[in-house]
Amino acid sequence: MTQELEKNPREGLSRRAFVQSGAAVAAGLVLGFYLPGNKHRRAEAASASGASEERVNTWLRIATDGAITIYVARSEMGQGIFTAMPMVIAEELEADWSKMRVEPAPSGPEFNYSGRPFEVTGGSSSIRSNWEILQRIGATARLMLITAAARKWGVEPESCRAEQGAVFHAASKRKAGYGELAAAAAALPSDAIPKEPKLKARSEYKLIGKPTKRLDTPDKVAGKAVFGIDVSVPGMQYAAVRHAPVFGGECANFAALAKAMPEGTTLVKVPGGVAVVAASWWKAQKVASGLDAKWTKGATTGLSSAAIEKKLRAATGAKKLPVATSKGDPSKALRKAKVKLEAEYSTPYLAHTPMEPLNCTAHVKPEGIELWVGTQSHTLTKLVVSNHTKVPQEKIVVHTTYLGGGFGRRAESDMVLQAVEISKAVGKPVKLIWSREEDVQHDFYRPASLVKLKGGLDEKGLPVAFSATIACPSIFERWTLFGGLPKSGIDSAAVEGLADIKYDCPHQHVAYARADLGVPVGFWRSVGSSHNAFYLESFIDELAHAAKKDPYAFRRGLLEKSHPRFVKVLDTVARISNWKDPLPEGRHRGIAIAESFGSIVAEVAEVSVSAGGQPTVHKVYVAIDCGRYVNPDTIVAQMEGGVVYGLSAALNGEISLKDGRVEQSNFHDYPMLKPSEMPEIVVEIVDSGAAPGGVGEPGTPPIAPAVTNALFAATGKRIRSLPISKHSLAAQEDAKL
Amino acid sequence: MAKSLKVNGREVSIEAESDTPLLWVLREELGLTGAKFGCGKGLCGACTVHIDGVAVRSCLVPVSAVSGEVTTIEGLSPDNSHPVQQAWIEADAPQCGYCQPGQVMACAALLKAKANPTEEEISAAMTNLCRCGTYGRIRKAVQIAIKRNAKGGA
Repeated sequence: MTQELEKNPREGLSRRAFVQSGAAVAAGLVLGFYLPGNKHRRAEAASASGASEERVNTWLRIATDGAITIYVARSEMGQGIFTAMPMVIAEELEADWSKMRVEPAPSGPEFNYSGRPFEVTGGSSSIRSNWEILQRIGATARLMLITAAARKWGVEPESCRAEQGAVFHAASKRKAGYGELAAAAAALPSDAIPKEPKLKARSEYKLIGKPTKRLDTPDKVAGKAVFGIDVSVPGMQYAAVRHAPVFGGECANFAALAKAMPEGTTLVKVPGGVAVVAASWWKAQKVASGLDAKWTKGATTGLSSAAIEKKLRAATGAKKLPVATSKGDPSKALRKAKVKLEAEYSTPYLAHTPMEPLNCTAHVKPEGIELWVGTQSHTLTKLVVSNHTKVPQEKIVVHTTYLGGGFGRRAESDMVLQAVEISKAVGKPVKLIWSREEDVQHDFYRPASLVKLKGGLDEKGLPVAFSATIACPSIFERWTLFGGLPKSGIDSAAVEGLADIKYDCPHQHVAYARADLGVPVGFWRSVGSSHNAFYLESFIDELAHAAKKDPYAFRRGLLEKSHPRFVKVLDTVARISNWKDPLPEGRHRGIAIAESFGSIVAEVAEVSVSAGGQPTVHKVYVAIDCGRYVNPDTIVAQMEGGVVYGLSAALNGEISLKDGRVEQSNFHDYPMLKPSEMPEIVVEIVDSGAAPGGVGEPGTPPIAPAVTNALFAATGKRIRSLPISKHSLAAQEDAKL
Repeated sequence: MAKSLKVNGREVSIEAESDTPLLWVLREELGLTGAKFGCGKGLCGACTVHIDGVAVRSCLVPVSAVSGEVTTIEGLSPDNSHPVQQAWIEADAPQCGYCQPGQVMACAALLKAKANPTEEEISAAMTNLCRCGTYGRIRKAVQIAIKRNAKGGA
């Protein structure tokens, strides 16, 4: 499909009635743009003749009542793109913001912005990779509406202007709303469609860059927003899943269990375990949890967290590991260094636990498969289901709902394949919902990792050598759709944030030890940076301490020469946190900075530790340079959210294994931050005007090291493994030592 | 078990196994999906509804034990006009939004009981979890709601 599209890069605009789901479109202007899969990915609006919906991949609809709907091929999971993406279009369109609406695009590669067979809402990429495309869509539509008005009035288009959802002709004092013009614009001949619409300069922006209320808030506050779990399909049954407790295990007594099912329930074998189908979810869940299931051994049988740590440590000692970074001769530089530091750091597996438990509603019919699911990628969902069932993609329809949190978990399709198997088995539409326990115990976890770090300082206290060997399972190995593990043997997700350090240091060496431990791993908000920022920013703090320098000034000095954006971000966080001023008695602070997903974020955490050793995070200051940005209020919200997500993990987050099984099961033993633990968060955006960066993830990496560095300042204890809750911070411990 | 319930001002008759939590009856039998399933153990509060004006975690309440009048987010107001909903909109509190109906219901029950709650009372009442980290905005929204409530609505 992709190849075919790439051969026809200038196919373009379609006015044909929308769309795959069969819904007819009321009269009005419907613009579809084909975005070719070349590296420029520009929105090309070309001749309508010969264009087909299959070659059109994003849509803008202006109804005759003036309502403007954009169909977005990305998923809204809290990160605010259902507001930011229309803001970019509305800016160029000169739309009346109150008339903008967003709907999830129907599924299919024809809606991909990327031109690839699938597109994932991930990597904090929705705005940064689509900004110009969205601008072009808005600008094209605006020019078409102006042309339609000009022709109607018999004036030159250049003598008209568009503003607030209407076209004006000043000389004759005429005005026409977009709704009135939509049909005429839709009927324009193809040569009246601009191919290279002029885009606004930044100084002309009226909406972009202004704090703007989210479009989805009213529905979410009313309880009307439809999440996957809320979907209702006539004749639907409910299913609850029970997974093999050990990863890779299978049900050993399925036939016997299936024969003895209570009335009104059915047992179905699904990938990873079994599912019970009943007329209500409660019934299905009750029966599923009570099943006397026997399970075979699996990939993690007998594995414990202590053994995992040993395996990771052993992996770092292997000879001839793939090298991610090599600069100078760190071994020699370390031998000659005035001060040498060595440290081992580690972090555990983490679950995503989005607030909405995993679910999917599937209807496998003779003519095809219909799915309703909150997924981070409806196109990937379709592809995976097609590969699994051999049903062609054209016969699969995915309805994307709101996501009750994604964080990387909803990039996976395990629950979708299960729902498909269940619906197929019972011949009815089925809504599968996982219990929270199944979610915590059967995730694709943030990988556990362990790193050996070495650093050397010269007589001036400046770093001369840095080496890191990180042992970590590979996420990409399983993701063959993303190209799998590259030939270099380096999983970029394992080394990001460690292999590309910005601090001045002439001799560097970073190696990757892939560790296969049998526990499923996946993308967790900020991915490798979630652990590597903790490793690097803690170790830099250790070096600063060894050099007897202020941690902010030490970092600043090492960035000053080549990384002005980093310096600005550091200076900003130092200013807003009053870094130079002493804190009240008992309060201490720590600082960290990390770049991820194209944005630079520095954070300062202010903490105290009670006499009993209980840490409290009082305040967090955040400075972010995400380049050009759309909705500053969303950026603030994402920094708040990113900090809280990282803080939950840093303070208490751990998925541990015993006898091959996950020990945690729900929010009592895999807790998230509580309202009472919420620090005050102060955010400042550094306006660099650089290329747009992501905002969904970059707030997360710096928080763990900012807090542990603050705890070091408070207690003199260097926390080298997470979560913090596993460490004693009580003052009397010092006395004993 | 057949039973009649008063939900959002209407008498409804339902048919469910007696141990079925109120949450699932609301969601599956009555189609009121504003109350959400989050943990099934009363730990997160996504399922918060009111029984006789008091906030309860409906995933823990067997439907057979419900005798009072149930109010869900759908019954709080037909048009987001409740002062707490207005406050949530003003603070632009939601991100993913999944926990927010429960948060709104927790706050609405608090303000019904105490028009001018203390910080301690707010902390004691607002314990629902949010994975997106909207607590700061919720805190702000609660303060806005208190003010709006005092003015007698929107």
